[in-house]
Amino acid sequence: MDSAVLIHRLHFAFTITFHYLFPQLTMGLAPLIVALKTIGLWKNDQRYDQAARFWAKIFGISFVFGVVTGIPMEFQFGTNWSHFSKYAGGVIGQTLAMEGTFAFFLESAFLGLFLFGEKRLSKIAHWWTGMAVFLGSWLSGYFIIATDAWMQHPVAYRSTADGSVTLSSFWGLLLNPWAIWQYAHNMAGASVTGAFVMAAVGAYYLLSEKYVEQGKIFIKVGVISGIISSLLVIGPTGDGQGRNLAHYQPAALAAMEAHFDTRTADLVILGQPNVEDKTIDNPLVVPRALSFLVNRDWKSTVRGLSSFPESEWPTNIPLLYYAYHIMVGLGTIFMAVMLITGIQLWRKKLYDSKWLLWILMLSFPLPYVANTAGWMTAEIGRQPYVVYGLMRTIDGFSKSVSSANVWFTLLGFLGMYTLLAILFLFLVQREIAHGPEHIESVVSASIKGGKITAARRS
Amino acid sequence: MGFLWFAIISVMLAGYVILDGFDIGAGALHLFLGRTDDERRKIMRSIGPVWDGNEVWLLATGGVLYFVFPQLYASSFSGFYLPLMMVLWLLMLRAIGLEFRTHINDGIWASFFDGIFSFGSLLLAIFYGAALGNVVRGLPLGPDHYFFLPLWTNWSVGAHPGVLDWYTVLSGVVALVALCVHGANYIVVKTDGELNERARKTSLVLTPILLLLTLVSLFATLSIHPSLLANYNALPIGYLIPVLVFASLVGIFFFQKSRHEVAAFVSGALYLAFMLVGAVYSLYPVILPAIDPQYSLTIQNSITASYALQIGLRWWIVGMVIALGYFVFLYRMFRGKVNLESNSGYGD
Repeated sequence: MDSAVLIHRLHFAFTITFHYLFPQLTMGLAPLIVALKTIGLWKNDQRYDQAARFWAKIFGISFVFGVVTGIPMEFQFGTNWSHFSKYAGGVIGQTLAMEGTFAFFLESAFLGLFLFGEKRLSKIAHWWTGMAVFLGSWLSGYFIIATDAWMQHPVAYRSTADGSVTLSSFWGLLLNPWAIWQYAHNMAGASVTGAFVMAAVGAYYLLSEKYVEQGKIFIKVGVISGIISSLLVIGPTGDGQGRNLAHYQPAALAAMEAHFDTRTADLVILGQPNVEDKTIDNPLVVPRALSFLVNRDWKSTVRGLSSFPESEWPTNIPLLYYAYHIMVGLGTIFMAVMLITGIQLWRKKLYDSKWLLWILMLSFPLPYVANTAGWMTAEIGRQPYVVYGLMRTIDGFSKSVSSANVWFTLLGFLGMYTLLAILFLFLVQREIAHGPEHIESVVSASIKGGKITAARRS
Repeated sequence: MGFLWFAIISVMLAGYVILDGFDIGAGALHLFLGRTDDERRKIMRSIGPVWDGNEVWLLATGGVLYFVFPQLYASSFSGFYLPLMMVLWLLMLRAIGLEFRTHINDGIWASFFDGIFSFGSLLLAIFYGAALGNVVRGLPLGPDHYFFLPLWTNWSVGAHPGVLDWYTVLSGVVALVALCVHGANYIVVKTDGELNERARKTSLVLTPILLLLTLVSLFATLSIHPSLLANYNALPIGYLIPVLVFASLVGIFFFQKSRHEVAAFVSGALYLAFMLVGAVYSLYPVILPAIDPQYSLTIQNSITASYALQIGLRWWIVGMVIALGYFVFLYRMFRGKVNLESNSGYGD
């Protein structure tokens, strides 16, 4: 592969991978924080308000990192992918501009109120600011997914005289069938991250016998939401996403499964794809399961990679295969962990089960790995195209920016993001060590303040 | 339709410059104005709840620019590759300094974050000014509408321009002083006591300097680009713009003298707006001027098709009305002087 395009790809891949560590936590935590605030309001239970306040702090830290690492993403469309931008800007510029206009304004304006305005707002008004932050973060996700979905499955466009594309249907772009499934799948994935992180902090508190009351709330909310989201991530969303792939990107699906010959297809659990010999080494398979998943028919044939010209093959099949299998494997583990801990929670035995608490505490990094692997599957699967079927990646990067310049900024981002990562871990660790009860003391004063304001208003 | 979108993007850009401008300016002056820990915390708290929303204007403007003028987005962003990446790093440093100063409020860490916040803001102001200077001066666009600029030059403005020459550096200095005045005006509005007085004095000292620099940059612009007056001569009402620029500068000075704090801040905002209006007035209908005018990007040769523009206009109006609502609400909630004791959850 041309080395210039490779370095531009690495640049985007690195910055987007790092960026998405933060939004997946904010999007995953947002509904949980709203849930905590709702319970607190419903039961008039201070412990839940306190829990919401603690997670709002973690949310706030993650949000800032999401913002500062997010700005380079929009910029890079122009700086590193100018030919792609010129070609597709008339379509995907719409969704990106809508993200700014509808989601970011909502999110950023109300986050300030949510984090710093508890004292100035009534309880109900403060609940609504939390709701606005939740809506803003999930709306933002939709516009980004709609943008990516257009690159995966271009719809609602027409070609113009200068060889670019322009929008032909607004609702066609927003309601791209690919976007609907991808969004549902992605948000379920983000929710898994939020659930695991919350449960992990709770488990840590229980195991270290600090803030035990709060820890139990974290575990309860984390595990219950974790059961729901880890089931949703598999079906219907994961299944729907897979069938989209079978329908619109059959070559990508075949490569993900390392399915080379067109015949009934096994589901590969383990094994190493051998692209040279078009086979799988050391396979461990569920016979014909892929045929069933794709066509709902155990005996149906699934089109193999060999039936596509090699110029249509994804450019890095082993990486695609592993990314996909890591995602699926971890997804299965998430479901198992959440179901087992859920049963023990229901039997009221979870809080005393040391080894389950250890598992909960240690497994929080795994959803990050799975979400990252999922995005790698989507984006490596789309290759060799930047806009599937329309524009090849090799035609999309900035020809006027030499690879040495891109190396320079990639190294700069590596350094900058190393610093950011250290800061993030330090700050989050600090909040966890401070614990939710530390915030209580500050807050009991501010709750009084809130009541005074509320009284004055009424 | 083309003119309308040109106007919309100009207004959004002005919105960004005015809003993020005051928090960048406050940042650039942070170390100078905030002498004690409390004062520095006050400065940060005055922008804490709003800077992120202000910065969203950059993203929103970029997004609109992207879908209305894809070619402009592609050409200018790739052409300004290195300076833009540095702007990104500065935006990051600034945000880190600002956010983490409020989380880690002890000893040398506070000093460290104060430093990167202030340093990042200061350089950012210069970079933005230099970027605007580059656009006004003209860029070496080729027949394919792309260009790539070296960072350094021999400082002269010639046929082979680079990012930094005497003209763009001058623009950077103008921007830095302008945003410092704007930031000082904001701090005056948001604080009381010694800090308020120091910011007010700073504004009073810097405003005459800004007046001088504005005049110099005006003549410098005309000397390198006499043709920029074409639009003014064709539609002489435009000559009102420089009058308004100077009137708003006088306004800052007058209102700071007479302690009309909000009026002084508004004058500063108007100054920035009129400066931008003056620049786009001279450029129209060009959106990215080339050294060789036949390769310039104009509204006509860069705009996307009309369906996208019409549908975009509908949601843009809806979105902006809602967004303005948020901003009015947000600034109302945090109106008044910053008080370190009463406000929980931030800075402590």
